[in-house]
Amino acid sequence: MTLGPTGNTLILLLDMLCPMHAVLGMSGRILHAGPTLAKLYENGDPIDRKFQDAFELRRPHTDGSMAALRALAGAKLHLRLCNPRQTEVKGMLVPLPDDGDGPLSGGAVLNLSFGIGLQEAVHDFALTGRDFAATDMTIEMLYLIEAKSVAMEASCNLNNRLQGAMIAAEEQAYTDTLTGLRNRRALDAVLTRLTESERDFALMNVDLDYFKAVNDRLGHAAGDRVLQAVARAMAAETRRADIIARIGGDEFVVVLPGVVDHHRVGETAQRLIKRLEHPIALQNETCHVSASIGAALSCDYRVPSGQRMMEDADRALYAAKEGGRGRHVIYAQETGISGPDRSGGHK
Amino acid sequence: MHGVINRAVERFVRDTYGRDVWLDIMRRLDLGFSEFEAMLSYDAQVTPRLLGAVADRLKKSRDEVLEDIGTYLVSHPNMAAVRRLLRFGGPTFQEFLHSLDDLPERTRLAIPELALPELTLVDHGADRFCLKVHNPEAVDVAFGYVVLGLLRALADDYGALVMLEHMGAAGHQETLGIHLLATAHGEGRIFTLGKAAP
Repeated sequence: MTLGPTGNTLILLLDMLCPMHAVLGMSGRILHAGPTLAKLYENGDPIDRKFQDAFELRRPHTDGSMAALRALAGAKLHLRLCNPRQTEVKGMLVPLPDDGDGPLSGGAVLNLSFGIGLQEAVHDFALTGRDFAATDMTIEMLYLIEAKSVAMEASCNLNNRLQGAMIAAEEQAYTDTLTGLRNRRALDAVLTRLTESERDFALMNVDLDYFKAVNDRLGHAAGDRVLQAVARAMAAETRRADIIARIGGDEFVVVLPGVVDHHRVGETAQRLIKRLEHPIALQNETCHVSASIGAALSCDYRVPSGQRMMEDADRALYAAKEGGRGRHVIYAQETGISGPDRSGGHK
Repeated sequence: MHGVINRAVERFVRDTYGRDVWLDIMRRLDLGFSEFEAMLSYDAQVTPRLLGAVADRLKKSRDEVLEDIGTYLVSHPNMAAVRRLLRFGGPTFQEFLHSLDDLPERTRLAIPELALPELTLVDHGADRFCLKVHNPEAVDVAFGYVVLGLLRALADDYGALVMLEHMGAAGHQETLGIHLLATAHGEGRIFTLGKAAP
């Protein structure tokens, strides 16, 4: 089809300035496709196809007539190319004068660009810098995407390493190095977490009996080995979910999440004391310790506080020691101190 | 100094000479760590000390090491991302040369904190150019040699035949001489705008 000298000049201009365009005739047929747009039709030249056979206009909705298309002048169009990849593009249509002069009369110019799918489209169609006008920002955009991806990847790697280091540091900061149990800091964090999330738990303050004698008689190194043996024994007598912390020389705290039953706390305490009274074999000595336990349960408080429960468990522990070694007492809210005969005298 | 520069030196040594050489260098430097983090900042004195230690260990001059690093950044497979970003400068070596003025600005788009030397290309006609490399004042590194190695490798990458020479330094400014003998001398390596999906 000849477009006349004006038409040819127009198309020369469009091919250079916006190579991803189509020129439509009055009947809605494609008279010309810019060189970049033509590349996208791997299933054959779009020229001479009807608009509807080359494009699917997704938004705004129209009846597809040329009059309706011309009425969309200047609006943002969402289109899909009728090519094998069904490439999504953005478009803008400008009607050509309807002056009855030549084949372009009553037609339109449709200019297109890749939207957010730019990077994929450039790869899929093997487009090069020459497929875009020199003033087009596409190359800069692609550069920026790649440059930012490289920088982002480096940042993500750093974040992962820092996170790993942070977890290791926290683990270290929360661990008692001698026994491998949690330490005071970890215990505070656990109690805060439990009370803030309003979960019930029991807390046992465990104090070793006769430990000072071991230390005095056999020395600190032996004392350390006893503490390690005690830690292992406590871990063996508790559940996986329970938290055992060493908060002082021979002071331990066991937190039993989810426990609201005095009887069950009493049983656990007794079992623990019995286990800790097993003889502990050192290199060429055997030594004996025992333990006193004071406990408190969060369900006994209207608003449980970790600090308050630690104090009350301490009072109960004191009462247990008063009553003789190797005993346990559970703090009872109503009487202020150990409830009657809650001390499970075990010997 | 942005860690990305120290990290580039590290990758160059590790990828070219191996881990043992790198660890040896870091032991001598005694910085208390053995790897640089690309996205952290380090004291500006670390980079010149590092380069000195690398040169000593490799028994090369510092300038040679810098030039090798430039070549490495373009030609080593592990640095493919850098080569790609540079090739966005233009479809021919000549256009690439003209894009060098924008290089520091382009780099800042990716990593705003990274201070690279400002580059000014002077076109003397007849395919002869001068590239002025203005090193950042706070940094005692002759980036001109890195640029020299970079250009040498990129000329190969574009398939161009180029004569390059370092014409000396005055204060913080170095000058490179560039004589473009043929733009399409060899095959060059293919560069596509579209990046294959990872």
